[in-house]
Amino acid sequence: MSLATDQVGGRANAVGAADAPTAGRDGGRATGPPPPAAADPPARAPGPARPAPALVDPTLGHRSGRRLPRLPRVPRPVARLLGPALLLGLWQLTAVLGVVDRHTLPSPAEVWSAAQGLLESGDLQAHMAASLVRVAKGLALGLAVGLPLAVVAGLSRLGENVVDTNMEILRAVPNFALLPLLIIWFGIGEQPKVVLISLSVVVAIYINTYSAIRSVDAGLVEAARTFGVGRWGLVRHVVLPGALPGFLVGLRLALTGTWLALIFAETVNAPEGLGRLMNDAREYFQLDVIFVVLTVYAALGLLSHAFVRFLEARLLVWRRAFDGQ
Amino acid sequence: MTASPTPAVVTRGLRRAFGDQVVLDGLDLTIAPGEFVALLGRSGSGKSTLLRVLGALDGDVSGTARVPARRAVVFQEPRLLPWQRVLRNVVLGLPRGAAARQSGVDALAEVGLAGKVRAWPRTLSGGEAQRVALARALVREPDLLLLDEPFGALDALTRIRMHALLRELYERHRPAVLLVTHDVDEAILLADRIVVLTDGRLSLDLAVDLPAPRDRSDATFAALRSTLLSELGVVDPGASG
Repeated sequence: MSLATDQVGGRANAVGAADAPTAGRDGGRATGPPPPAAADPPARAPGPARPAPALVDPTLGHRSGRRLPRLPRVPRPVARLLGPALLLGLWQLTAVLGVVDRHTLPSPAEVWSAAQGLLESGDLQAHMAASLVRVAKGLALGLAVGLPLAVVAGLSRLGENVVDTNMEILRAVPNFALLPLLIIWFGIGEQPKVVLISLSVVVAIYINTYSAIRSVDAGLVEAARTFGVGRWGLVRHVVLPGALPGFLVGLRLALTGTWLALIFAETVNAPEGLGRLMNDAREYFQLDVIFVVLTVYAALGLLSHAFVRFLEARLLVWRRAFDGQ
Repeated sequence: MTASPTPAVVTRGLRRAFGDQVVLDGLDLTIAPGEFVALLGRSGSGKSTLLRVLGALDGDVSGTARVPARRAVVFQEPRLLPWQRVLRNVVLGLPRGAAARQSGVDALAEVGLAGKVRAWPRTLSGGEAQRVALARALVREPDLLLLDEPFGALDALTRIRMHALLRELYERHRPAVLLVTHDVDEAILLADRIVVLTDGRLSLDLAVDLPAPRDRSDATFAALRSTLLSELGVVDPGASG
């Protein structure tokens, strides 16, 4: 081992046998392979050998060691209620400890007994039913208007030109600003309430469905076209199914909007409805009833989201990572 | 290779420009029925553009092109509709009915996926999805099969299996094939004729006279590889074993 380029100590050792080929090095050994063609990059002298490093154990810190004992498996939907449960517990605690004045914050127990009273008299059910009917009508109307508009705007340039900016304007105008207008047009009965609710549905459904249609993978549309799928086939089999996830996002937002619009709408002369219940409670300083209504709103919101998640699980089976069979 | 009286593909003076950049510059190409042609070219040479023109995906050209009515395209990505099961993807575009479904099942069996008829596309591996795309192309018995770097996204081992599968399917169905690829070895392994696209035209047109099964270490194979690589402007790295 007397050649300069082979005095690499550790490197040569790692390579093993003394005549391991180190082709390409200038001054290569006399019995080695022939020198390379001129096109080879200039030879670089190998760096000095490194000393063997000190070794550590990579598994440290990942072993079970001090793990908490495994709790029994709790289903996700229930586990997600831990937050509200803790909040409720904290609230009850402040009431029990008398930290807050009862007149500014009733205890959960008081709220619960107010709720019981309303349920027994049938008031809560009647008001809830009235509100739910309004929301259902508003949702139906909003879907009937928003969905076709989104399809028209999504599928054609002309449609987009006619529809899209109008929808942006509608989105920019706040709900409550339109309420007086709706009252003038539709009176103070059910119509203006239903229309107000449907407006937020239209906007949410339109924006999300339109953008979902436009975002459908163009490569899929192209591939389907090469296989002879016609215009309507493309819409039915490629564009609309591809837009479905986006539509469901829009549905979730629309449902959130309906509850908010409901609150506004029911400030106007609603003989029945959750808003009426709330107004009365405000007038008579019934804080516990106010909390009951707030809880009902919260529950309705959570249920709507759960409903859309259920739809997604049923309609978007193909998205799951395991075989659907 | 003399062209048969009624060729499968004819282009004359095909010209395609993107703004100022001329990608196809008076391209003349003839492909005989049942002929397997590989199209090589550097990146950006216009190979995919040519394939898209022939596949009726790009009509903004001058010059003439004639292709069979029954064509199928296989892209680099499988491009399966994720919301339809595998069988329905395979028979996409075919008239509905039991006959189409049966031919779809047969096509899947040919590519070795008989058990995946009711699977969702997202559960397939890359190689399996691409095989479904192949089945989808062949189920309609095309006269021209266009493949745009179909194995580029697959790992090397899967690619070897796919080469064998493609050649087998070709031998059985005998469409005219235009395989666009950047892989010189793939072209020599699979095709009977190799053309090279340079500066918008065909700069080389070679017949591949190797008997099957083709062996990469064969001397003729290596010579062909060298010729093609130098035509593409690439120095052949491993000139010997």
